[in-house]
Amino acid sequence: MTAIVASRRSAFGRLVRTEAVLFGRSAGMVLWTAVLPLIALIVIGSVHSLRRPSASLHGISYLDAYLPILMIFSLCMAAVNLLPPTLALYRERGILRRLSTTPVPPSRLLAAQALIYLTVALVVAVLMLVIAVAAYGVPLPHQLPGFVLSLLLIAAATTGIGLLIAALAPSAKAGNAMSFIAFFPLMFFAGLWIPRATMPHALRVVSDYTPLGAGVRTVQASIAGHWPPTAGLLVLLGWAVVACLLAARTFRWQ
Amino acid sequence: MPIIEVDQLGKSYGRTVAVSDVSFSVEPGEIFGILGPNGAGKTTTVECLVGLRRRDGGRVRVLGVDPDVDRATVRSHVGVQLQQAELPERITVTEALRLYSSFYPQPADWRELLDALGLAGAARTQFGRLSGGQQQRLSIALALIGNPQVAVLDELTTGLDPAARRETWQLIEQVRDRGVTIVLVTHFMPEADHLCDRLAVIDRGTVVALDTPAGLVGRLDAGQRMRFRPSRPIDDALLTDLPEVWSVTRRGAEVIVDGDAELITAVTATLARAGVVAERLRVEQASLDDAFIAVTRHDTRSEEGSR
Repeated sequence: MTAIVASRRSAFGRLVRTEAVLFGRSAGMVLWTAVLPLIALIVIGSVHSLRRPSASLHGISYLDAYLPILMIFSLCMAAVNLLPPTLALYRERGILRRLSTTPVPPSRLLAAQALIYLTVALVVAVLMLVIAVAAYGVPLPHQLPGFVLSLLLIAAATTGIGLLIAALAPSAKAGNAMSFIAFFPLMFFAGLWIPRATMPHALRVVSDYTPLGAGVRTVQASIAGHWPPTAGLLVLLGWAVVACLLAARTFRWQ
Repeated sequence: MPIIEVDQLGKSYGRTVAVSDVSFSVEPGEIFGILGPNGAGKTTTVECLVGLRRRDGGRVRVLGVDPDVDRATVRSHVGVQLQQAELPERITVTEALRLYSSFYPQPADWRELLDALGLAGAARTQFGRLSGGQQQRLSIALALIGNPQVAVLDELTTGLDPAARRETWQLIEQVRDRGVTIVLVTHFMPEADHLCDRLAVIDRGTVVALDTPAGLVGRLDAGQRMRFRPSRPIDDALLTDLPEVWSVTRRGAEVIVDGDAELITAVTATLARAGVVAERLRVEQASLDDAFIAVTRHDTRSEEGSR
């Protein structure tokens, strides 16, 4: 029994390693999830005026405003934009079906994929924080546990949405389109184009209930030194739970 | 004792009946063919065997267990090569083999398989850059990596050129010689004829014939045909008088004689007695193709009646 458990574990380890190698071979994925968000941070951080508090952002700097947005951009890119087409392609090509004939269930492949995308995005988020703290004088989050909790909940919510898209997409092409369509409203309410601080009140209320709006809210609060607002954490948790449940119900393996 | 037993297997998708009554058994060490026209229910049948689909009715035992109940046993000891199951574009041959070998409790040595399947030269090539034949061989290798007792191979040589197809056939025979029982799904007659010890012909969800390839052909009352050029002119009556001969036709200098199973003996003896040599003699027999067409020929009236 222990031998079987051990071999299962090593099979999952091998699966994660192989999928990680495949991820690394795909330049586009690395570019979008890791390289571009980091470059964006460096560009914003290098402009002196963007590091200073701005009246239009109610006293915080553009760097402060965009740091959580870029972290979330990386997570959203990985989980909502890249994960679903990959999984849909795996289904379309019969890779999940082939796996169903082996002792390792295809759900392990989903888990391995989600693990890789999340790890990449979380590492990028931490890297951003390190760069911002070390190079641009952004203070370390005074609420580190709150910060970590927020990031993990955002990861869970975006992964849930990504899995749901993968479940609903009839093909890899459709998965691509659906991801693309989901990405814009998600990132819009996160404040990628209009930071939340400058949003009209009504828009910000809507944003509070979207997963990434709530995400930016909680991350921003924890960086500023407060415990993240409970409402924001609950919104994230709700999205994560509902999306994951729906995905688990609707996912087709072939 | 049979290694696979299927008894009155049934499976529907909604209102569409894919398989209504399929029964057969496979003995250890056999190459067993499942033949049938497109959409006959072949793939559904094997999917029920390997635990990919739950059957609606009937009894199935693979290696003594019910694949719907004990999927773990079936997945560990039955290797499956599915139709249109690919691999990630960028995975190399070695990576795929190592990955899949980690899934099984007692895997085969993947280096050995690499050589046996002639993939050693492509070990570091990514899946997307392999030729069709190489992809197919890798797929077979993955079906064998778990050291299975049974290998199920669906549409093995579809899309392969004749040379690659012959090589694959040789390979399958080698696999069988190692003691692996093989279930081969195909709609390609020469393949079934060449490889299978026995076969089940499935048509519209039921088994319409279960026999050896030779037995299946022998069931046909198709008779034989001889073509030859007589060394000197002969009279048709010389041959039409024989009870074994059904008809004699001529095409230019060539004489075409149709008749029953004893045709060749009777005609050659008669010609010899008359002092005539049959030049450029060719004998044509009914093939598995003909037998297949005969058992799956659809009666249009009954088809309309069943709708």
